[in-house]
Amino acid sequence: MSTRTFGEPIKRNEDRRLLTGQALFIDDVELPGMLHAALLRSQVAHARILRIDVTRALQRPGVIAAYVAGDLGDYWQPGPILVPPPPIEGIVFNERTQVPLAKDKVRHVGEPLVIVIAESRYIAEDAFDDIDVELEPLPAVVDLERGLAAASALVHDDVGSNVSAHVRQTKGNYAAAAAKADRIIKRRFWYEHGISSPIETRGVVAQWDSRANQMTVWDTTQAPVFVRNGLAGMLGLNERQVRVIAPFVGGGFGPKIMMFYPEEVLLPWVSMKLNRPVKWIEDRLEHFFATTHERGQIHDAEIALTSDGRILGIKDVFLHDGGAYDPYGLTVPINSQCTLLGPYVVPHYDSTFTQVFTNLPIVTPYRGAGRQHGVFVMERLLDFAANELNIDPAEIRRRNLIPPDAFPYKNEIIYQDFEPLEYDSGNYEPVLDMALEAIGYKTFRDEQAAARLQGRHLGIGVTCYVEGTGIGPYEGAKVQVQSNGKVSVATGIGTQGQGHLTVFAQIAADQLGVAVGDVDVVTGDTDQFYWGAGTFASRGAVVAGNAVNEASKVVRKKALKLAGDLFECSEEDLVIEDGKVSIVGIPEKFVKLGDLANQANPMRGAVQPGTEPGLESTQYFGPPMGATANGVHAMIVEMDPRTFELKILKYVVVHDCGTVINPMILAGQIHGGVAQGIGNAFYEKLVFDDQGQLLNASLADYLLPTALEVPRMELAHTVTKSPLNPMGIKGAGEAGAIPVGPLFAQAIEDALDLKGRGVELLEIPLSPSRLFELTRNAPR
Amino acid sequence: MKPAPFRYIAATSLGHALALKAEHGDDAKFLAGGQSLIPAMNFRLAQPAILIDINGIDDLAGIRPSGAATRVGPLTRYRALQRDAAFARAFPLIGEALPHIAHPQIRNRGTIGGNLSHADPASELPAIALALRARFRVQATKQERWIEAPDFFVGALTTDLQPEEMLVEVELPSPKPHTGSCFMEIARRRGDFAIAGVAAMVTLGSENECTQVRLAFCGVGETPVDASSAAGGLIGHVPTEGAIRDVAASVQKMIEPGGNVHATADYQRHIAGVLTERALQTAYQRVRDGH
Amino acid sequence: MDIDHHEITVSVNGIRYTRRVESRLLLSDFLRHDLALAGTHVGCEHGVCGACTILLNGEPVRSCLMLAVQANNHELLTIEGLANKDGGYHPLQQAMHDHHGLQCGYCTPGILMTMTAFLDENNSPDEDEVREALSGNLCRCTGYQNIVDAVMSAAERMRG
Repeated sequence: MSTRTFGEPIKRNEDRRLLTGQALFIDDVELPGMLHAALLRSQVAHARILRIDVTRALQRPGVIAAYVAGDLGDYWQPGPILVPPPPIEGIVFNERTQVPLAKDKVRHVGEPLVIVIAESRYIAEDAFDDIDVELEPLPAVVDLERGLAAASALVHDDVGSNVSAHVRQTKGNYAAAAAKADRIIKRRFWYEHGISSPIETRGVVAQWDSRANQMTVWDTTQAPVFVRNGLAGMLGLNERQVRVIAPFVGGGFGPKIMMFYPEEVLLPWVSMKLNRPVKWIEDRLEHFFATTHERGQIHDAEIALTSDGRILGIKDVFLHDGGAYDPYGLTVPINSQCTLLGPYVVPHYDSTFTQVFTNLPIVTPYRGAGRQHGVFVMERLLDFAANELNIDPAEIRRRNLIPPDAFPYKNEIIYQDFEPLEYDSGNYEPVLDMALEAIGYKTFRDEQAAARLQGRHLGIGVTCYVEGTGIGPYEGAKVQVQSNGKVSVATGIGTQGQGHLTVFAQIAADQLGVAVGDVDVVTGDTDQFYWGAGTFASRGAVVAGNAVNEASKVVRKKALKLAGDLFECSEEDLVIEDGKVSIVGIPEKFVKLGDLANQANPMRGAVQPGTEPGLESTQYFGPPMGATANGVHAMIVEMDPRTFELKILKYVVVHDCGTVINPMILAGQIHGGVAQGIGNAFYEKLVFDDQGQLLNASLADYLLPTALEVPRMELAHTVTKSPLNPMGIKGAGEAGAIPVGPLFAQAIEDALDLKGRGVELLEIPLSPSRLFELTRNAPR
Repeated sequence: MKPAPFRYIAATSLGHALALKAEHGDDAKFLAGGQSLIPAMNFRLAQPAILIDINGIDDLAGIRPSGAATRVGPLTRYRALQRDAAFARAFPLIGEALPHIAHPQIRNRGTIGGNLSHADPASELPAIALALRARFRVQATKQERWIEAPDFFVGALTTDLQPEEMLVEVELPSPKPHTGSCFMEIARRRGDFAIAGVAAMVTLGSENECTQVRLAFCGVGETPVDASSAAGGLIGHVPTEGAIRDVAASVQKMIEPGGNVHATADYQRHIAGVLTERALQTAYQRVRDGH
Repeated sequence: MDIDHHEITVSVNGIRYTRRVESRLLLSDFLRHDLALAGTHVGCEHGVCGACTILLNGEPVRSCLMLAVQANNHELLTIEGLANKDGGYHPLQQAMHDHHGLQCGYCTPGILMTMTAFLDENNSPDEDEVREALSGNLCRCTGYQNIVDAVMSAAERMRG
């Protein structure tokens, strides 16, 4: 195949509508007779529900209905488990999934109690004042260790404890390895990852058409096919009667895939009950409680090393805050557990975690999906080892990198795709070298010393990571040449800004010899494509992209066969380009693709049995397991030693995600990931009090980085293809966000000479105030 | 996050606005820039029954030099203050603080009167008002009075304005000749509320000795804090680094910061000291070097 | 209380509209739902994210912090009015396309309105000035770098 657009920074097909304000986002859906929903949510983290009385609300002009859990009858049920526990020996998993409206008990601030339906959102919110809610507050489970103590209140009384899950995975024999170690370093770490906070919040519009017997749902979901299937089941409809459309979505980052959100379950039911379309748009305040978080872990970790810094083994015991319900299974902590191993040879590993129920919002994957936590632990342990063993931090990493001839590299423990963790391909040392070169590692110490003489405190950090991407189960794509010669591509996943409308177009365009702009891509509409999983885990380009490729290849073959029959020549004598099939060397002997498509769908004549009309194909791609990308981040910061304010002077990313389809889109993904990583490391912190109240539930106090906090980044990449798919690509969506926490810790320690002063940074997020508190008693 | 219902009245004159406020008292609020009020209403933290829009009262905006002072109308937008070069020269503290107030879109609407009446403890202008020894003219239908800045800011988000009163004029005395100013703040991001901020003014005599020092803080108390007395030891002397450090230490003892989600009280206290040193040093250098 | 309505006349992108609106209707909702100009997006309704930024008499403002009634007798410019009548891009729209300055596109209209006004005021900014002007608009997708490049490039083109 020609790959003439691969590796080219092709500009995006989707831009025009977005740049001119013409793209359809969820709140732009306007339907005749549409009503508006608002959800009255618990203001208390843990309570028994004694009484909810909506009588007065129903009397307010403009209020059409108000429903509580009891009104849903049999429709009320806990949501499905989305990711069951993986097949790990000895696993403990207590499945407790979220409910559409709280019944008997509320388990986190923001859990919905009542859904109000009114002529406008304004009136629906007015009606909250009319609703009498009587709750009996209970002690809230917020602290993980206290939550596991015998005397703790229970989030789910029938579980008997606050253990949501307990998992131990081992590789080799850590105890034996530690016995032979020259050095063992043990630390406790705290890592918190915040919330996705996309600029567009969530939303659902449901339209039941009783005459057409059809339910249409617009939903800001990353997984429209699963939502369609689940809703059909819940509503007692055939799948064919339900259409789920994910329109343009203003940023997903993971939490828009958590389903079923209460609103996804409620809105269609309400629409059927009232026979009117209904819209719910999450407001920003709600988003802090009603959309899932990622939050934190506490790790007690130790690393056993030789005196020259080689890792013999790692043991880690950690607690993971799962929130009030666990519909997403163990994806986040398993990612932490597996990704901790990084790009390093770790012969022995013993990792145990307990996922804890807390009276806080549900935790599900958010860009990085738990990898950050594991990477922080490993990178910090290596930094402390480097310090104790007097080895340069970059050098200790180099010594432990998996060598290029060791792939596929088996890490044995079970990963989030339920397969034993195996890295398909990689060449790690050149990535480290390029990053060190780009950041100016060799000359930095001199620069640092010179700056110090001027009273400036500069510091450097270098961190490495791997990212498991492109997992199954599968995706599909339908590619069709239309009679006007343009190509249409449909796939089941959704798009939230990753440029799928361009990247998938490039793949089809390359196979079919058409212009990228002549390929029209539809994503996220279950009527356009029936099957699929969704956009998550950095798998869109890998899995759906490969499906597009497979389908395009079949269409290409069909076109060549048809043209070969037409010209009575063999397919080897033909070439496809510029939307035409022509005979090699005789360009005037051509047929347009559109005409071939027409000919393949005749009004007369016969289509041979066993063949299909038209120039189209639907193909599926399911990788045997995930492909492992990798990278290195390096950063130079300047710290104000008195105020602890931080400025990033230089930021470098070198990464390897295999074959690159569109370097411009890839760079954008890295930039965005790093920006979120910077937010996670130094600005974004969810501040809960001990009763589970979020004290900073606004964008004024939950600090997203702006253009002044995110620096210019220098990017470079290497290409180590994945053997797991014909295009050789690996995912890249989360890479930018993963190693930023330990990078900040390392660079800040260096700038403030904390190691020399006996202070270690063992937590993320950091902030100027936190750094002040951590260093106030250290010698100067 | 939609506001609760209210009655909206566009006031056509100051008299009209004051009459409405006299009639409705605390049930009514004035709508000026709206950059603090409307978010509060969208969160339903504020639910005034009546909103009196004063944006149409042109007389209430304007910058009028008046002898040894400048009189600023309350409806004057931050943007207008920023664009008035003469004003920025006359009041460099305000000129230096304005880029720290939110963002351009907010500054296009927000007003000095709205800011001062809102009295957010972390807000820059109240602290600067203290440092400049501003006076506020406050009017009700039947009376008018002047309030000195320290008496105006009574508590967090609380001023001495009575239910029927409106701030109608801000009088800013011009700094004395040979005065250097410096405004500095620490915030998590540009435009965020200050974790602590300082307005410093240093006036020098013929021997470069301090004849007057003003020091006021935002963010470290329920109201802006006038810490000028902490600098008493500088008067009559050429300021040295050691003397300035002593002032910083006195400031730290004087203030009672409350801490917030972004900073511990001790961090606020710590940087108040750092800001004192840096702002005094800069203010002194500016006047000494003739800037 | 009884619902309080007012008749307003607003000029938006050169077209005059007369409507009867409830006093508490936010300008952002008025534009999006009453006038069906849904290109202006809502991100927070408390004036921080900047997605709702439009031009009021040529100056960028947060439409979520204004009431529709306050727009009476004023001139507004929204994203729908930025391109030429024949659909030709404003130089900044073109530059954003060329430099991949948008991913999900949700914050983009607010950024375009803010930065076109900025470039009208400062036609040769340096990168620091661009970043400062941009700091009142939150983007969660791009990391801002390509937006900065787009603004610098548009400035150069607009200078001729």
